Amino acid sequence: MRLKITNVCKRFQHREIFRDISFELTAGDVMTVTGPNGSGKSTLVKILSGLMRPSGGLVEYFLNNHKLGAEDHFRYVGFVAPYLQLYSRLTGWENVQFFAKILGVGKTREEFLELFAQFGLKGREHDSLYTYSSGMRQRMRYVVALMHQPPILILDEPTSNLDVHGVKIVYELIQKRAAKQIVIIATNEPDEAKFGTQEIKLHS
Amino acid sequence: MAHRKSNFIHKSWAVFRKDIQLEFRTRYVINAILMFALTVLTAVSFSIGPLRLRVEIGAALLWIILFFSAMSGLAHIFVREEEQQTADTLRLFSRPVNIFLGKWFFNLLLLYSLEIIIVPLYFVFLNVPDPVLSIFLPVLFLGSFALASASTLIGAIISQASARGALFAVLTFPIVLPVMFSGIHGTQLSFARASFLDCLSDLQVLLSFSVVILTGSVLLFEFVWRK
Amino acid sequence: MLRNIWKFLLLIWMGVVIWGAFTYTPTAKALGETTRILYFHVPCSWVATLSFLIAAISGILYLVKNDLKYDLWAENAAHLGLFFTVLATITGSIWAKVIWHPFWNWDPRETSIFILLLIYAAYFALRSAVEEDEQKARLSAVYVILAFITVPFLVFIVPRIYDSLHPDPVINAQGKIKMNGKMLQVFFASMAGFTVIFFWMLRLKVQTALLERKLQMRKFKKLTENRDV
Repeated sequence: MRLKITNVCKRFQHREIFRDISFELTAGDVMTVTGPNGSGKSTLVKILSGLMRPSGGLVEYFLNNHKLGAEDHFRYVGFVAPYLQLYSRLTGWENVQFFAKILGVGKTREEFLELFAQFGLKGREHDSLYTYSSGMRQRMRYVVALMHQPPILILDEPTSNLDVHGVKIVYELIQKRAAKQIVIIATNEPDEAKFGTQEIKLHS
Repeated sequence: MAHRKSNFIHKSWAVFRKDIQLEFRTRYVINAILMFALTVLTAVSFSIGPLRLRVEIGAALLWIILFFSAMSGLAHIFVREEEQQTADTLRLFSRPVNIFLGKWFFNLLLLYSLEIIIVPLYFVFLNVPDPVLSIFLPVLFLGSFALASASTLIGAIISQASARGALFAVLTFPIVLPVMFSGIHGTQLSFARASFLDCLSDLQVLLSFSVVILTGSVLLFEFVWRK
Repeated sequence: MLRNIWKFLLLIWMGVVIWGAFTYTPTAKALGETTRILYFHVPCSWVATLSFLIAAISGILYLVKNDLKYDLWAENAAHLGLFFTVLATITGSIWAKVIWHPFWNWDPRETSIFILLLIYAAYFALRSAVEEDEQKARLSAVYVILAFITVPFLVFIVPRIYDSLHPDPVINAQGKIKMNGKMLQVFFASMAGFTVIFFWMLRLKVQTALLERKLQMRKFKKLTENRDV
């Protein structure tokens, strides 16, 4: 899996958020995106995940040197961010089943349960997200982001709302993935930034 | 990476099913749209009183009630996603066409469900002649189909704008004019005891309009949905 | 100087058209002197419709190419379209008032022009409800394209609206005016003149808008640079 960014820039109205962003990532790369509040970290990762289009430049995904069409990016990306909400009137299980269905994920029931357990949500699968704490919702985001085993993982503020235990789970996850896959972390926490093999510093 | 062959229809159905599940749990839009329709119907009936309506006016009133009821509820399915910030999550996980079809079907069912209640009440509250059902029902069915189809794309557009309530009606009305006219005309014919052949041209318009709007919506939706 | 010579030619052309409309051409039988409105009213309607087509094409181009300059074309075409639609409505109403007495008749022409007015108004309502440039461009492009694909239906429907509202045939003078040679000459000359004026106005508006945008971007850049210092 290869992710190639060429001369990406983003403008809102007349304000230029950033420009001339170029880099290339392959399996084993961990890129951290740092910068003060308002510098465009979230904007950049949204563009990298395919959620937003850049004002200029190219974002290209290559699988086995074959370029992926824009329609297919999402299958290969897992994205965790505080602004990505899940359906609070559905249960954890229903949320996962729904997203799995539209992604076409074919896991067994046990495999799903294991994923819940991995993020400390065992036993709470059939409760409404409504009843989850903000930390639990953050963990749910990981469950949903990982169920299709994406080769690219993008994390915007990976440990927001998480308690010590949750933070530990996430750090273990990042370390495990760092060797074999592409991880992109947007953060202000120095503890998280240290995972990076490459870094992009944005300024306002 | 684990992937099961899950086809196009299944995925659209999953979107629809999720929306129905949510709707059953909150009952938010069906209540709103029903109360609105009842309010309009009551207001109209009250204003007219016991007077017997000319066939043309009665037919027009039905479609006005249906149009504004549609405007009160058919954007909800998109507006809710934006307001609860689940829209971006949805964008990340699926193709636009699945989203559109699932939500279009929801809107269709919503409008038909509303009509099952409102249309009989319309006949109760307003002094209109008994319609020729073989004309009235197809016209109602196709006209609502066309109305719901056009409203879905426009609902998606306004969910990204402000001042949604008023804007929805303002944007939809010029687009659905052919539906309104053919619907009203066909309904008039059913009140005037015309023969089925007379309403064929109205039905043709409604059907072809639905096909064109649905095709156009599927093609254009991607541009509305993707940021 | 030479490049602008066409503008002087246009001036002369329109001058001749106006003169021809008032003196050279005969009047149509039932309409008398009011026939003269024809040479200005119909071109206004034509330009209003042409603007719609241009706005729709610009919309498609924007969606395909993602360049905001196409959105400027669409928006300005719509401005002009709205302007000419209002002109057409006013000239049409005046004409109707003189011929039949009521200002508004809901006959096919009046109905079509009114619908066009609604579409333009809706287009601008949408634009003013969206803040962000790219989003505004994208959503309004989709809307104008959607509106455009319903046009064939309107063409079919609108005459029937009139027929059902006015079952007694009223002599619709606007529908079938027999024009003889002289009238046709001036008529088509006027249509051509209006079309050129339209494209000229559109080009001016778009060029101005592009310059304005450049100016704003430069101003903004200066502002942010100063702040960093």
